[in-house]
Amino acid sequence: MSAATFIPAFVRRQSFIELNARARAQSLMDAGSWRELVGPFERIQSPWLPEQGIAPQSDDGCVVLKGTIGGKPAVVIALEGKFQAGSMGEVSGAKMTAALDLASRDSRNGKKTAAVLLLETGGVRLQEANLGLAVIAEVMASMLALREHAPVITVIAGTVGCFGGMAIAAGLSSYIVMTREARLGLNGPEVIEQESGIEEFDSSDRALIWAINGGEQRVGMGVADELVTDDAQEITAIVRRFVEAGLPLVHRSQQVDLYRARIAALDTSKQIDPLSLRESWNEEKKEGVAR
Amino acid sequence: MEKLEFDYPSAKRRVTRKAHVGVVGSGDMEILMEPAETGIAHVSVLTSVNGFGSSWKAVLDRFFSKYDGAVRIHINDAGATPGSVMLRLEQAAEVIES
Repeated sequence: MSAATFIPAFVRRQSFIELNARARAQSLMDAGSWRELVGPFERIQSPWLPEQGIAPQSDDGCVVLKGTIGGKPAVVIALEGKFQAGSMGEVSGAKMTAALDLASRDSRNGKKTAAVLLLETGGVRLQEANLGLAVIAEVMASMLALREHAPVITVIAGTVGCFGGMAIAAGLSSYIVMTREARLGLNGPEVIEQESGIEEFDSSDRALIWAINGGEQRVGMGVADELVTDDAQEITAIVRRFVEAGLPLVHRSQQVDLYRARIAALDTSKQIDPLSLRESWNEEKKEGVAR
Repeated sequence: MEKLEFDYPSAKRRVTRKAHVGVVGSGDMEILMEPAETGIAHVSVLTSVNGFGSSWKAVLDRFFSKYDGAVRIHINDAGATPGSVMLRLEQAAEVIES
């Protein structure tokens, strides 16, 4: 594509990253098909944040929409990255778990209901301590239950990214969609630097961080499925395609032997660089995945 | 954290819709605006920044000098500046009147 056609198209696109959680969720669903469950006017918010002098949010940073995507029943669960870094608290976690469980119930009763998770999150909300940890375990259990029947599609658009326990949850999903701006990793860069020192990981080195945690690398390594541009229309089309495709033959997280063998084969006597990791892991094609 | 309450008895035109705008992110806030059961406008503010009661009153007084809807407003605030507060109020009013 020449610059003359590419640049106007880029400028005219509807950015997905610039939308808030609610608008992101709405943009993925068929127009007019959705309704919000436990919306802000229900005022089910964190009871723990005000105790600690932190303003709560009336939806606890978790938006749940029920409707259809490409004509198929679906639930979209979006985390708001701007509220407490999208962290998982008692309420937001309960909303996510309940929505996944309702989708499971509908699916078991013959109405296959896919789930789309829009994850912008640093993981556990530290102010809610063990409750935050517990809800992430519950989310994982609910994802595992649902993916027996219908796909769980995770979209990480950025710019918060997906870290901590929710990165493990993302790993359980049927498909992961990422933008180049998005990041996916267990410990965030600041945490690694704090725990292991700046020699281990320099959290101010953005090029390094994105070379390791960024969407391009994650898709290149085969731990995420689709790299998309920050374009609401494009992301909607990809999500629709995965809802249509249904379950993969094998989920990534079931391929324990494959990943164990890959990790065992790594030569740790010298520094592994992102590009060579991408090349070596991409050589062996994922087997049994329906794409 | 501080909780502030304001009444605006002159704002008593009936409204029927609800509006939810904004995010409780740093320097921003959310507004829940809905019809007031009491028939006059009432505002409650929950803010993580203490000691700005007079600024809140000034911004809300100015807003209600132009707006007359009998709305119940709840604000969760994470340090929005007075300018942002006014923009969010106007945005919510626009949604509720549309």
